Amino acid sequence: MIKNRINQKLKEDKKLLSIYFTAGYPKLTDTVKIIEDLEKNGVDMIEIGLPFSDPLADGPTIQDSSTHALNNGMNTDLLFEQLQNIRETVSIPLVMMGYFNPVFQYGVEAFCKKCQEIGIDGIILPDLPLDVYQDEYEQTFKKYGLINVFLITPQTSDERIRMIDKVSEGFIYMVSSASTTGAKTGFGNEQQTYFERIAELDLKNPQIVGFGISNKATFDQATKNAKGAIIGSAFIKHLTQHGTEKIDGFVRGIR
Amino acid sequence: MSYHVNEKGYYGEFGGAFIPEMLYPNTEELRQNYLSIMEEPSFKEEFQQLLRDYVGRPTPLYFAERMSERYKTKIYLKREDLNHTGAHKVNNTVGQILMAKKLGKNRIIAETGAGQHGVATATVCALMGIECVVYMGEVDIARQAPNVARMKMLGAEVRPALSGSRTLKDATNEAIRDWINNPVDTHYIIGSVVGPHPYPDMVARFQSVISEEIKTQLLEKEGRENPDYVVACVGGGSNAAGAYYHFLDNPEVGIIAVEAAGKGIDTGESAATSALGKVGIIHGSKTLLMQTPDGQITEPYSISAGLDYPGVGPLHAHLFRSGRGEFISITDDEAMTAGLTLCQMEGIIPAIESSHAFAILEQRKFNPTDVVVMNLSGRGDKDLQNYIDYFKL
Ligand SMILES: Cc1ncc(COP(=O)(O)O)c(C=O)c1O
Repeated sequence: MIKNRINQKLKEDKKLLSIYFTAGYPKLTDTVKIIEDLEKNGVDMIEIGLPFSDPLADGPTIQDSSTHALNNGMNTDLLFEQLQNIRETVSIPLVMMGYFNPVFQYGVEAFCKKCQEIGIDGIILPDLPLDVYQDEYEQTFKKYGLINVFLITPQTSDERIRMIDKVSEGFIYMVSSASTTGAKTGFGNEQQTYFERIAELDLKNPQIVGFGISNKATFDQATKNAKGAIIGSAFIKHLTQHGTEKIDGFVRGIR
Repeated sequence: MSYHVNEKGYYGEFGGAFIPEMLYPNTEELRQNYLSIMEEPSFKEEFQQLLRDYVGRPTPLYFAERMSERYKTKIYLKREDLNHTGAHKVNNTVGQILMAKKLGKNRIIAETGAGQHGVATATVCALMGIECVVYMGEVDIARQAPNVARMKMLGAEVRPALSGSRTLKDATNEAIRDWINNPVDTHYIIGSVVGPHPYPDMVARFQSVISEEIKTQLLEKEGRENPDYVVACVGGGSNAAGAYYHFLDNPEVGIIAVEAAGKGIDTGESAATSALGKVGIIHGSKTLLMQTPDGQITEPYSISAGLDYPGVGPLHAHLFRSGRGEFISITDDEAMTAGLTLCQMEGIIPAIESSHAFAILEQRKFNPTDVVVMNLSGRGDKDLQNYIDYFKL
């Protein structure tokens, strides 16, 4: 079992609030300030989005933030540079989230090594499939102490969920509904049934729900069964409106 | 060396299914069923009957006498332009609509560049009475207006892709996002040999009717099944895959792939993937891909909307890397000139995509006895405005 900040955090006796943002948005140099402010205001974990030109699994909000971030000049080297000293001020788990191609171009091993140097705890690459991870990259991720986080969706079969549970060593990213990312105002019965179905599987890894969490109501509903929830698009919208101001108000609005 | 897909979905180092988990159930359902469905007698029969009675197959293999004289070699044209809807694209859409029916799907989505695949998809959806949504880049909607109108007349909804370069790549992104949001009732009819496994193989098999016919037709005309060369333009690579398919394992048949150089390979405005691409992931497939050193996919350019794609099907990446295929890139100007030459020498107005293939005859020398089959992938009706603007007609 990999021991890192994610596993420590998951042991805490509370529902976890995790926030996603796209690095380089709204301004190129906002990355560190956003991370520090989120921690200061009690956020439990942060997903740092490495922007990609063709984010297939994302809805319009994250697409736009990615385009802006790239136009601002964000790239993999620059992001690592910005995060160089992040562990001097931040102690909550940090997860890199992005698409596989930029990581593949950087070199998977070089990327993992850099992540470890900086103090990144996990990686989420939605388009790196389970079998390719196992065949080609699992050893590398482990060598650098990184947790690879897999997604499941309402369409994922119980059998496959159990397989993913077996390979996972931190938490399972539970996509709330069959959809791309984007804030929703509420979850229906279908989601509730799905949340309960997964809870009943009694998996070894805790689950954190993402996609469509936007406010206190959806956060509470998602975390009734799951260990935590991730807010992405709703926070990006907040950044669009307020820049890096009022992050305290945003977090307080959730819990 | 094998040029066919292996059981894991790879052609050499290329291919696979690099898709988010949201798409796993859809592609897995297809992967588990596509070969057995294609083997079912009822499927085969309906597919062949539609290709014959509806599409108008077999398409002629035509000996182009005047062109042959001019270029001092034996040139045959495989007339995919004579298919219903005007291009090879319909071979695939007929196959996939039958596949969708077998899988119990009641909604179809597709991406389109030139609009040929969109029209071919809208056509088979009308034929079967199935709902159809086609994603098309805003830029392409403007430069391929007649095909947009056709799709609408056929009852399809055309949704503009407004992200990125607003061309084929972005239309494909939007179609994939639609599929993520509609995983149960919808089948995605991809228009080329691209995308996650099993799409490249399935589309190649549906298009393989082209080379199957070439074999029998050439036997009749030349007394032999195998040409010396097969030439095709490559966007994603479906007309090429179909034209090469039954010759891939026969090293005596030379395979020539023609890519769009746009304004020139070194101008920054090009779509010549084999020359400019590096290994990467696009639309769920590991293949050659035009990208920044940072792994961001770059905007391609070609005068022809159907070749304006920053990647290439994994089969073609493998043909390039292994040296099995000879890759040539052709500029906008060379293609337009070659298109006009074909009009005036053979009385055939080609699609601008297909014109790229013909342009190699000006630079690639063949022996007088060589039998060269040119895949004429589509007709030029849809490109009339572009020809008018270019030649100030
Ligand atoms: C006439 C014609 N030829 C070629 C192409 C390129 O596609 P592919 O490389 O898949 O054959 C297109 C695409 O729209 C087309 O319309």
